[in-house]
Amino acid sequence: MLKMKNVSKVYRTDTVETHALREFSLTVDEGEFVSVTGPSGSGKTTFLNIAGLLEDLTSGAYELDGRDISKLNDKERSNVRNEKIGFIFQSFNLIPELNIFDNVDVPLRYRGFKADERKRRIEQSIEMVGLGSRLSHLPAQLSGGQQQRVAIARALAGEPRFLLADEPTGNLDTNMADSVLDLLSEINEAGTTIIMVTHELGLADRAKRNIFVRDGQVSDGAPELHLASMAAG
Amino acid sequence: MFRYYLKLGTLSIRANPILSALMVAAIAIGIGACMTIMTVRHVMSGNPIEHKNDQLYHVQVDNWNPDDPYEDPDGAPVQVTYLDAKALFDAGRAFRQTTSFKTSRVIQPEGADARPFQEESRATTADFFTMFDVPFLYGSGWDRSADETLEQVIVLSRELNEKLFGGENSVGRTLMINDETFRVTGVVDTWNPVPKYYDVNNNPFEDPAQLFLPFSVAIAGNYDNSGNTSCWKPIPDGTGREGFLASECIWIQMWVELQNESAKQDYMTFLNAYVEEQKLIGRFPRPLNNHLRNPDEWMRYNEVVDDDVDVLLGLAVLFLVVCLLNTIGLLLAKAMRSAKNTSLRRALGASKAELFKQHVIEAGMIGVAGGLFGIVMTWFGLRGIENLYADYDFIQHLVRMDWSMVMLAVALAVVSALGAALYPTWRTCNITPASYLRLQ
Repeated sequence: MLKMKNVSKVYRTDTVETHALREFSLTVDEGEFVSVTGPSGSGKTTFLNIAGLLEDLTSGAYELDGRDISKLNDKERSNVRNEKIGFIFQSFNLIPELNIFDNVDVPLRYRGFKADERKRRIEQSIEMVGLGSRLSHLPAQLSGGQQQRVAIARALAGEPRFLLADEPTGNLDTNMADSVLDLLSEINEAGTTIIMVTHELGLADRAKRNIFVRDGQVSDGAPELHLASMAAG
Repeated sequence: MFRYYLKLGTLSIRANPILSALMVAAIAIGIGACMTIMTVRHVMSGNPIEHKNDQLYHVQVDNWNPDDPYEDPDGAPVQVTYLDAKALFDAGRAFRQTTSFKTSRVIQPEGADARPFQEESRATTADFFTMFDVPFLYGSGWDRSADETLEQVIVLSRELNEKLFGGENSVGRTLMINDETFRVTGVVDTWNPVPKYYDVNNNPFEDPAQLFLPFSVAIAGNYDNSGNTSCWKPIPDGTGREGFLASECIWIQMWVELQNESAKQDYMTFLNAYVEEQKLIGRFPRPLNNHLRNPDEWMRYNEVVDDDVDVLLGLAVLFLVVCLLNTIGLLLAKAMRSAKNTSLRRALGASKAELFKQHVIEAGMIGVAGGLFGIVMTWFGLRGIENLYADYDFIQHLVRMDWSMVMLAVALAVVSALGAALYPTWRTCNITPASYLRLQ
């Protein structure tokens, strides 16, 4: 379970203070598929970064699987990221010098798995996203949709409890986006909790629950209304 | 993970070829400059007889001017007079002892077409060869009885034996030197101690003697000293060679071999007693100022390594520091270029410690490459020095790079690269992952 209570995030420079999240509270249960929507600058990505331990929160409480994240040191936080969380980014973030096999291998290396176990997981996850024949290809040799599938395979190889996706279809055409969404739905059906940040209402609709964020807070009211208001304006 | 980080390092270097090449070049140039001077200093400050450092001692007795010390404030003369050399040698109070001086002889090879030629020679005593572990290709040195009976014997260098006898075993063969016949007792194998510790007063870096012959024969034959001679008291007019030998002029190097500290103390007591005795007959007007210095102490005392070399070394180290500062800048630029990659690895579970290891190993690879190229640069540097001072025969002995210096070059390069990498790596490891991933 992911539980945030009154989480705030403030970015400070010498002269400016920006409140990205204000008293942000949210609970996501095991196995949920949650979409997070909201206008630009509303704090969606900041929420996802904090949820993924990519950024520290300024105040509030955040528990992941019952563990108070604020009490973890760097190594423990890295372990949590490595073992419990998988990331999918809008621009895929594959390492261009590494082939597909080695890209998926990255998180498994930090996990300390032996070579045969890594190989098994890599092949299994790449097979799952339908790219079993492309193991030795470099990212540049794949289409955008295929690259995002590799990124998903990389996220899945460690069998994480949570999959955090930031605009996972933002750089894909409609067909590819649908296929990636289908894949995410399958993954969720298999038991992985998914939190997906998106500004596309159609995609948000594919989630089982939608959270609307405005001005750094979870907005009150029925999500459908917010979605409708976003669509209107 | 080490092999994995080696692979990542290789990929990173390939992905940033220009930056990597600049870093390797900066380190190589710095190491090259530094190691060139360090190599010269290393050779100059070496002790070729270190294994006998606690047994060999150079003898100093202060027979100098009461009103003007040999060297301020109270340095004793660095050579001894013939009077003292003979008296101390004849006393035979050390386990082994040798007196020697530099001379020059004319060799007259056999054959109608062979022309005579002059060779640097050393007049010395039988113990010289055993005391200084002189290696022999053929035969050996002469024995002590040859010193006493003024036997006309010689030891040749390998090069001279090559020149005169085509490299054959010449032991027992005879040779004409300044119209006198000498019998060869031995041929020295390659032996070129640098510095030439047994006679640092006559250019410690010059080529070794090609010919060794008995000290007693040289004295009896009135061989000239071709090394330094210093006098504080005029030699009476008309006394000739006898007057010179009886004078207070110093021109002979004396060494003793003493097997332990107790023997050293005993010999010092003997030296002091000898000087006190000489004072009674009007010699040694200065206070007791006798010394026994081992090879290390002796070379330091004589400042075999000139202060200029240390100044040059300091400048070379500063140059290396400047090169490393440039490397730090390049590493920072590289770190900024790879910030996205670093953030991604953090997101995928790399701890700061793991990233630190990864970057340190990559810096080590850059360092090894810089070290290897640095060795090449050092070689060029040494050749440059050799050409610059080509007029000095001894320069070739100072510009040799041994394995210890090669290893030191690589080690210094790796340590330098790691040192340079610390700050950029620390910056890299402290990147907030989200700040770079958000930009994607």
